Amino acid sequence: MAQTSQISRKQTDYISPARRTTMGVVFLVMALTIWLGFVISTTSEALTTFVLYPGGSDVIVADLVFASRPILNILAFLCAGLGAYQLAKGFGKWTNTILGVVAGLFIAAFLVWGSSGTSLNLAGLLKVAVVRAVPLTLGAFSGIFCERSGVFNIAIEGMMLTAAFCAALFGSLVNIWFGLFTAVLSGILLAYVLAVLSIKYKVNQIISGTVINIFATGITSFLSAKFLQRHSELNDSGRFTTWNIPGLSDIPFFGPVLFSHNMFIYAMFIFTAVLTVLFFYTRWGLRTRAVGEHPKAADTLGINVNRTRYISVLIGGAMAGFAGAYFVLGSVGRFDEVMTAGRGFVGLAAMIFGNWNPIGSLGAGMLFGFADSLASKLAILKVPIPNKFLEMAPYLVTMIVLAGVVGRGQPPAAGGQPYEKE
Amino acid sequence: MTTSEQKQKKPGSFSIFIEEIRKNSLTVTILAIVSGLLVGGLIAAVTSENVYAAFGESFLAGIGAIFTVFWNTYKALFTGSVGVPADIIAAISSGSWDAINRSLAPFFESLVQATPYIFAGLAVALGFRVGLFNIGAEGQIFVGALATVWVATSLKGWPALVHVPLALLAGAAAGGIWGMVPGWLKAKTGAHEVINTIMMNYIAFRLSEYLLNGVLGDPNKATPISAPIEKSAWLPRIFPDPNRFHCGFFVALLMAFLVYLLLFKTTWGYELRTVGHNPNAARYAGMNITRSIVITMMLSGALAGLAGANEVLGVNHNLGVAFSSGYGFDSIALALLGNSHPLGVVLAALLFGFLRNGAIQMQLSAGIPIDIISVLQALILAFIAAPAIIRTIYRLKEPKPELESPAVETKKGK
Repeated sequence: MAQTSQISRKQTDYISPARRTTMGVVFLVMALTIWLGFVISTTSEALTTFVLYPGGSDVIVADLVFASRPILNILAFLCAGLGAYQLAKGFGKWTNTILGVVAGLFIAAFLVWGSSGTSLNLAGLLKVAVVRAVPLTLGAFSGIFCERSGVFNIAIEGMMLTAAFCAALFGSLVNIWFGLFTAVLSGILLAYVLAVLSIKYKVNQIISGTVINIFATGITSFLSAKFLQRHSELNDSGRFTTWNIPGLSDIPFFGPVLFSHNMFIYAMFIFTAVLTVLFFYTRWGLRTRAVGEHPKAADTLGINVNRTRYISVLIGGAMAGFAGAYFVLGSVGRFDEVMTAGRGFVGLAAMIFGNWNPIGSLGAGMLFGFADSLASKLAILKVPIPNKFLEMAPYLVTMIVLAGVVGRGQPPAAGGQPYEKE
Repeated sequence: MTTSEQKQKKPGSFSIFIEEIRKNSLTVTILAIVSGLLVGGLIAAVTSENVYAAFGESFLAGIGAIFTVFWNTYKALFTGSVGVPADIIAAISSGSWDAINRSLAPFFESLVQATPYIFAGLAVALGFRVGLFNIGAEGQIFVGALATVWVATSLKGWPALVHVPLALLAGAAAGGIWGMVPGWLKAKTGAHEVINTIMMNYIAFRLSEYLLNGVLGDPNKATPISAPIEKSAWLPRIFPDPNRFHCGFFVALLMAFLVYLLLFKTTWGYELRTVGHNPNAARYAGMNITRSIVITMMLSGALAGLAGANEVLGVNHNLGVAFSSGYGFDSIALALLGNSHPLGVVLAALLFGFLRNGAIQMQLSAGIPIDIISVLQALILAFIAAPAIIRTIYRLKEPKPELESPAVETKKGK
């Protein structure tokens, strides 16, 4: 166990002077935007009201009411201060963390501005964000399992869709637990196809993934049109009920937001911890990562590269199946054609944004979930930004991260390459 | 591949194609299609209530029912995509142009369905040849359609001779820009084009929802759909109604020919293929890889954009949010099926067009949901991509190593 933590991935501590300046300018631009965009368009007596308990919650907290303008000024000052320090001395290896802080301040300012003169249910917004994060984060975990072992998985979408279908069908036929079981099983089956095509037949992994995506869309829509739409009793699986964690769910504000959900949401947090330990503190994790980074070296040390990849991809499939079950058993209780609507690809994006790391992916999933949740609230806030633009945010952010503007991601080095023993 | 082509001093277009076919092994291609169709029929049979009812009676009746399902399915597929042979013969012998037109309408409708596949397939194939994965054809189709619909609705009173090319060009330009961005990011920062094209897809979807709900939308309609385009921007139809066959098909064929010329008849195309085949060799030979990648992705996006433009100008004459039903993803399958060769792509696109059009008929007469086509395409794609599966099933001999593997398969995504 001890030696595994030593071989952690190398972190790029060095920040080039050009990047230091760019970041400083970015921080200052954000401060300026708060002043010019938000402060000027807010009247001095406007009040912002944040409601701190979601609708239907018993844990009632007094609303948070404050004058918008002073708070906006403070937030802008903080951004400007951080920007000035960055330009003058630089935060060094903390630059990315500070960037996150500044982005957080900016989002806070946006919310304060958007809800000035009206009220925003902050708790409701965050609660929905946590829920929306579930398929994204779990999808990202599926990607982590596959890609850490060196197999690209762009078929998360297809696996989730098939799993959602199975969850609805078998959930209706037997019970929700069996629905969940078949969902996970279907994910594993498709992952097996991906693994056989990619590892045994050495088909390009993007193509294997595309095969599964096209197949999944076709077969679920076909069977749904053939059976589920004609017999509605086959498409009524029910859902996992909300389970309030005793004690924790009574905490004001945080209780209803974090501890009053169904089991999928808790599973997301538990899996984050499990994956972190699994990948970074066990022998299995070290081996899997070695196979994804340098299969030849791993092979030399006696690790069976292809078997490791098979196992990893199958677990990834199970994870995608679990994520797919959420759409039915954790959310609406029925299957609709193409109901995953690209969440699998956002999950892929969350994995990249989270730098192929479970905790990072959880954060990315939460952030994307928040963007999603906020997009649906924009109409209420009456800010002059179309909600479709906010819905684009996860994709744009992923492209920016991939391009290396904000700290380059470090994908597993051997990703996408079939391993051939010499 | 390049070495064998260098040996032949002046290979004719057809001989190159034959060469390509032989490399991908024509047998495997045909067997892949046949196997895909067989498995598709099996799925139709397994999900048919009649079959189970017949098996309840006796085993033989069950087998018979399976054959009935197969027969009905593929009869519907054939008559839906080509026409009813008896009707066609009757129409021709009657000599009435109207009757002939009506009886052949399914055939031409298949060509109409194949047209966007040709464009999108060429887009993906061009990328494959340069070692690039353009998964973003779907998004490029959408932005192409958006730009086209904008030109086709906002310019009024222009002569068709100017308006149609302008609208097509707008689609190509928009698609080109959409494709160029991932290409540029790949060339400059090394960001994987697969991820970026996927992301660009979803940005395009959201953009089209935004525009169709806003400036491009028809204010008189509740649904997000554009106003009908100007008549002057219609791609001319060749036959009277109900035959929807339009000039876009010939534009698509022209594009296939141009892509062929570019790839196989110009120095520049040679450079592109070298970059696709062996980037390191290309770099040592002094070829500009950055430029090759950016321009290829741009051209690829432009071709996909033309697919969107073609659908707007030739078929729909307006633009709704759900107008493209996965052409972009299917085109990955057909580019592989066509071995990334323009002629192969055209043939594969025709196959997919006939399948799709036949499936519409199949849905109506045999009660089989049209989505079976996606299953078929996925199966064909899997068999083509992993020829070893087909060889195992049909006990074919392994070909010599150098005869195997089309360009893409050996390309490892990085």
